[in-house]
Amino acid sequence: MSAVETNIQSETVVPPQTATPSNVAKMRGRDVCVFYGEKQALFDVNIDIMEREVTALIGPSGCGKSTFLRCLNRMNDVVDICRVTGDITLDSQDIYDRAVDVVHLRARVGMVFQKPNPFPKSIYENIAYGPRIHGLTRNKAELDEIVETSLQKAGLWKEVKDRLDSPGTGLSGGQQQRLCIARAIAVAPEVILMDEPCSALDPIATAKIEDLIHELRENYTIAIVTHSMQQAARVSQKTAFFHLGNLVEYGETEQIFTNPKDERTQGYITGRFG
Amino acid sequence: MSVSMLLAVVLICAAVFYVLGNRRAIGVSGGDSRQLHSRPNYYGILAALWFAIPAIAVIVVWQVLQGHFLEGGIVDSLPPDVLERSADQVRLVVATIKSLAFGGIASGVEPYMLESAAGYRSAHGFSQTLMSIMSLALGLLVAGTTVARITPQTRARNGVERIVKAMLIACASLAILTTAGIVLSMLFETINFFKTVPLSNFFFSTEWDPRFSSAGRDGGDTGQFGMIPLMVGTMYVAFVAMLVAVPIGLLAAMYLAEYATPKFRATAKPMLEILAGIPTVVYGFFALVTVGPFLRDTGDIMGLDIDARSVMTAGIVMGIMIIPFISSLSDDVITQVPRSLREGSLGLGATKSETIRKVIFPAALPGIVGSILLAASRAIGETMIVVMAAGVAANLSGNPFEPMTTVTVKIVNQLTGDNEFTSPQTLVAFALGMTLFVITLGLNIFALHIVRKYREQYD
Ligand SMILES: Nc1ncnc2c1ncn2[C@@H]1O[C@H](COP(=O)(O)OP(=O)(O)O)[C@@H](O)[C@H]1O
Ligand SMILES: [Mg+2]
Repeated sequence: MSAVETNIQSETVVPPQTATPSNVAKMRGRDVCVFYGEKQALFDVNIDIMEREVTALIGPSGCGKSTFLRCLNRMNDVVDICRVTGDITLDSQDIYDRAVDVVHLRARVGMVFQKPNPFPKSIYENIAYGPRIHGLTRNKAELDEIVETSLQKAGLWKEVKDRLDSPGTGLSGGQQQRLCIARAIAVAPEVILMDEPCSALDPIATAKIEDLIHELRENYTIAIVTHSMQQAARVSQKTAFFHLGNLVEYGETEQIFTNPKDERTQGYITGRFG
Repeated sequence: MSVSMLLAVVLICAAVFYVLGNRRAIGVSGGDSRQLHSRPNYYGILAALWFAIPAIAVIVVWQVLQGHFLEGGIVDSLPPDVLERSADQVRLVVATIKSLAFGGIASGVEPYMLESAAGYRSAHGFSQTLMSIMSLALGLLVAGTTVARITPQTRARNGVERIVKAMLIACASLAILTTAGIVLSMLFETINFFKTVPLSNFFFSTEWDPRFSSAGRDGGDTGQFGMIPLMVGTMYVAFVAMLVAVPIGLLAAMYLAEYATPKFRATAKPMLEILAGIPTVVYGFFALVTVGPFLRDTGDIMGLDIDARSVMTAGIVMGIMIIPFISSLSDDVITQVPRSLREGSLGLGATKSETIRKVIFPAALPGIVGSILLAASRAIGETMIVVMAAGVAANLSGNPFEPMTTVTVKIVNQLTGDNEFTSPQTLVAFALGMTLFVITLGLNIFALHIVRKYREQYD
């Protein structure tokens, strides 16, 4: 499939679901508390991450945004001292249930990190990594196909198609971050978590990622942590405002930014603190 | 004044100049040290360095040259009939006189020697006094000028920086020159060796049998110096050792770095490192009384005839010895792989072991290969374990359960033998050392090349 064809396709063939978000909660958090050792980092967070929408998590540094995001695919399991209570569900199934395979969960709920972290391998190998470990392909041709479509979806194909064998670490910061997004897409996740994906990027690279998020929303449920109020307003449908480990306010992005109910939210979005 | 006394005096003077420089700087600044280019103590350090460096330089140069001139003086004082003797004998006489001069006991003392010794003694004393005066005078001159020239604009900080840099360069060059010196001296003795023994005898003969006699001198048989059995023994033992150490060391490193709790790691790692601190003779002992007999008894049960002293015994014990080189260093490089790579992999749904194998291990590869190389060179150079566990008999065999010996063992053997230094029986040690050196160097270069080609570089 050539790059030109893809462009035409994405403009003409609109997936049927996009017109209206499905109004179903893809992930749900109920009374989520997180402790690092003795210290409690999150207090009774209740939130619904709606399917095929972008949910923005905003709030001052250290308020627990990353902590919450990392609960959603159990990346906190890696931190020895971290303890999570409450319920978090994916498609109504408790992800902290014993029956859930965390490896499988992370394939369904992918993650993009604050600092681009491509593997020190070739661009091709970076994308092929996930499909390989999950056995998603039967042969090389299928793998090539996944690599190409993932890079296309991440808007990187045109820039790298002639140098798939060169190292991913040799790309620019923005390209690296899109490579990481492509890498996450390659395992066909249902939810993509992004932790300040643009904080290390320049404005042009940031704009590209934001456009990408718009496109990805058609097929994926996205939760994004961001420090930039404008970014949250531009890319998200729902916004959650965290403060000192509490979820202060959660609602339609437009409502949060034009008519916040809580004065702490008001204070934060107007830049009075944070 | 003796040299050590003189050095002490130089240091004391340098300390005095430190104080002088310091004071002078404060003086010229009018008591306000903010007017100075550098902090006052830098002026002190500069003055002290400019005292110590010239003074010590004089001492070093003097000591190097003095021996030559004083010996010349002794030779001049010898009676003509002594001078007619052979060069070796004259050297012996000179040595005797020198030892006599400082109250040593010597045999074959003749009256003219006592006379020369007295002359030598006074010349030596004079020379030392002159050296002390020159050294201190030069130091005073240079440091005095430095102190006198201090103005608030003097860039003492930059000056100290330059001297420090020069000293660092000097130390680095010293290390390099020492290496070069060692290699060169080995090279010359090796060339001497090959003057009496043909290259083909050394490199291609499979028979090691250097006769312990002066046979070479009498024009008779010089013995067989085939290094192949020794080299094969070295490689064989090292290979068995690596076979033991690499898998165990690497897996232990991965466990410590990725799975173990911090508490367990904090106790287990130092305990593993203790293995490297045990003297090798203790390992040899362990091989001799435990591993060797164990292998032999196991062989008996299975109906095999296994020697208690064998390549296997030495290799296994040596492997245990070098485990910490691999595990400890590899653990360090594995933990240095950035956390973000780990999380990236885990976030894609990879398991821990997949992450280690496919992301962390390749990223840590250069360091891991480095640790393996270090372990390999330890294995190749190890002597004591081989002597005790594999014997000293040169033997060419493919059977790991037979005794063999290694290059290093034979080097010790030949150098501690009762041979003249110039005999091929002794010189062969240098040829062996040189060959081993070239081989390990080649191994290192090869490994570096491999690493450069396959490494996955993270920034
Ligand atoms: N690995 C950890 N160990 C201990 N405390 C942590 C750890 N990670 C985060 N925290 C604490 O949890 C709180 C929330 O952190 P985080 O979720 O990273 O904030 P945010 O992403 O909103 O800036 C902070 O007070 C932080 O100190
Ligand atoms: Mg954060």
